Amino acid sequence: MNKIKNIDELGKIKTEIIKNLSPETPCIIISCGTCGQARGALKIVEAFRDAIKKLETIQELPIQLRITGCHGFCEVEPNIIIEPEGIFYVKLKPEDAEIIIKETIINKKIIDRLLYVDPVTGKKIAYKKDIPFYKYQNQLISGNNSLIDPTKIDDYIAIDGYKGLAKVLTDMSPEDVISEGKKSGLRGRGGAGFPTGLKWEICRASKGETKYVICNADEGDPGAYMDRSLLEGNPHSIIEGIIIGAYAIGAKEGIVYARNEYPLAVKNVGIAIEKAREYGFLGKNIFGTDFSFDIKIVKGAGAFVCGEETALIASIEGKRGEPQQRPPFPAQKGLWGKPTNINNVETWANVPVIINKGADLYSKIGIGRSKGTKIFSLVGKINNTGLVEVPMGIPLREIVYDIGGGIPKGKKFKAVQTGGPSGGCIPAELLDLPVDYDKLTEVGSIMGSGGMIVMDENTCMVDIAKYFLNFLRDESCGKCLSCREGLDRMYEILNDITEGHGTMEQLNLLEELAPVVKEASMCGLGQTASNPVLSTLRYFRDEYEAHIKSKKCPAGVCKALIEYSIDPEKCTGCTACVKACPQEAIIGEKKKPHKINQNECIKCGACKDICKFDAIKVE
Amino acid sequence: MEFNLNKVDSVIDKHPAKRDALISILQDIQSEYNWLPREAIIEVSKKLNIPLIDVYGVATFFSQFSLKPRGKHIITVCLGTACHVRGGPRILDEFSRRLNIKAGETTEDMQFTLETVNCLGCCAIGPVVVIDGEYYGGMTSRKIDSLLAKHTKVDSNQ
Repeated sequence: MNKIKNIDELGKIKTEIIKNLSPETPCIIISCGTCGQARGALKIVEAFRDAIKKLETIQELPIQLRITGCHGFCEVEPNIIIEPEGIFYVKLKPEDAEIIIKETIINKKIIDRLLYVDPVTGKKIAYKKDIPFYKYQNQLISGNNSLIDPTKIDDYIAIDGYKGLAKVLTDMSPEDVISEGKKSGLRGRGGAGFPTGLKWEICRASKGETKYVICNADEGDPGAYMDRSLLEGNPHSIIEGIIIGAYAIGAKEGIVYARNEYPLAVKNVGIAIEKAREYGFLGKNIFGTDFSFDIKIVKGAGAFVCGEETALIASIEGKRGEPQQRPPFPAQKGLWGKPTNINNVETWANVPVIINKGADLYSKIGIGRSKGTKIFSLVGKINNTGLVEVPMGIPLREIVYDIGGGIPKGKKFKAVQTGGPSGGCIPAELLDLPVDYDKLTEVGSIMGSGGMIVMDENTCMVDIAKYFLNFLRDESCGKCLSCREGLDRMYEILNDITEGHGTMEQLNLLEELAPVVKEASMCGLGQTASNPVLSTLRYFRDEYEAHIKSKKCPAGVCKALIEYSIDPEKCTGCTACVKACPQEAIIGEKKKPHKINQNECIKCGACKDICKFDAIKVE
Repeated sequence: MEFNLNKVDSVIDKHPAKRDALISILQDIQSEYNWLPREAIIEVSKKLNIPLIDVYGVATFFSQFSLKPRGKHIITVCLGTACHVRGGPRILDEFSRRLNIKAGETTEDMQFTLETVNCLGCCAIGPVVVIDGEYYGGMTSRKIDSLLAKHTKVDSNQ
């Protein structure tokens, strides 16, 4: 491959690639992100390959297979899209492959049993575009995942990949790019929401020959995985964004700092960097200009705090990932003491879109001071688990009910937790809240990286607060006393409450400690660590009080405060629970209601898991 | 695996002898041995000319590194928020009870190490457990026995 030297050559290559694609040829698109692979997507790929080989001996089969990253709808993995019709099949098994080729591709028939069933209406839906989960989204950034094989750079070029970069390098000055970035209203998608264009401008203005750009791919918020999906499914869009940013800032070297827990993401970004180099998008004199730039990958080693900019830099330098006092900000004194600009994965992926669309058009999406779309990972107690990309400002209710399909098993919605361990819980009465940076902050949560964990009546809010504090005290680097000790003390109080020996005085102490940790800690981890506690106290104080005053866990979660029992009305005496119980704590004759011996019960939940008659009560 | 200083040296030599290569070097040594032997850490300190305390500091800071030998099979229970609300802690308790070890420990026969992770990002299939790189979604406590049996059986077949 010769390096592409200018915008015309890129255009010619694109025309060449498109000429070789025939849109009428049936194409089976298989979603193979980590989620899909965990559910056997690679076995489906093999099955399709085998089936095509087998059937080709009988008749000619022009079928294309496209192995892509995640399409966002994790709930129904492994799934496929059949183009050009856009037929959507879900929860496939390897044996379905041959049948799909025979029935759907050759005989043009839709296979009823493989269709998605809408959890709300109970109706089957054949086409992807009609499924509410997709219909109500605006997949500006994540939608391309289904159009490209992430290991093939040509697929990306075919959808106008690197066209934005060509435009920037040939037609725009770095200042123009910064001004476009500012005009777009793009704010950092990693958590704090700092305006991206302004961040670039500050770094560009910093004195120094050597500057760095970093892509923060250390997606550590539990329950958030949109960055992983973009890294796996469309790595070139991120790389293109980084190169554009580097040009604007005046950096010659870039680093993708990736989470070690994401092996597929690291692999696909690695392939993409190599390919981009081969085509001349990275390296010396990109597009025949004076601009030279290259990217390397650095793998993290498992530390949540390394998502914080200064800790991330320390980790790249081979040190313990401890944050530093700011100022100086990384834009002034960052990696190796040089001006450094750090943006998160999703932010970078927005950059080529802004350049291609133009800032004016881009900024029409969204609301107020929150422009563009945001990808959320809608997880927890929700029917349609998956990645959801929506315009900023959309009401929370639409995400949970229209796209998410509501709460499984007819349970009651209790809260949604946004922003990861630095965020908070938003209760049912605020379901009509427009989701944007400022509104989320107003109600005591944050946008964060976009995790959205839905909780139902069986989620205990005290337990959730305890969960996050446990997470944070474990991940605290230990540098600031307020964070190191404060979080431990707060955790102890919550632990007392969930174990049934909490007092009302402790609740006051908790409220007193929270602002101290916030005020006296140096980095974002400590400064926001109290949010999960404060927001649950604000909206669910009654649950805390039930634990303290009545020694009850209303949601039936906290082991010390609950008891498992068998409802004699519902129990059929099938003995399934007797066999499942590891303690032999369940007694009773066959076909007669059983009983649990409370002295032996360890509250493991095995009986509840296995009971088909919903006869196990937790109170 | 037997400790072999030459092997450690060859891992170190694949990287530039600079401070910023430290984490990658430790990662490579760990993928060779499954843990960081004391002698390896000392060797890294010597070859990179970094004080031992600093190498040790890095090795103990990041959760990926283990300073104790780990078992033949690694069980990782995801405790991300989505897995947590779907019962991840109960799954961990059950593994812990059946193997008679706590999270972070290894069984006496060196067969199993029980670990936790803060999120694997495949929340749709939670609660998730990974055993030797294989993902198991929708975990319930009654699947545990068959999984442990499956991974022990793989050994006896070899």
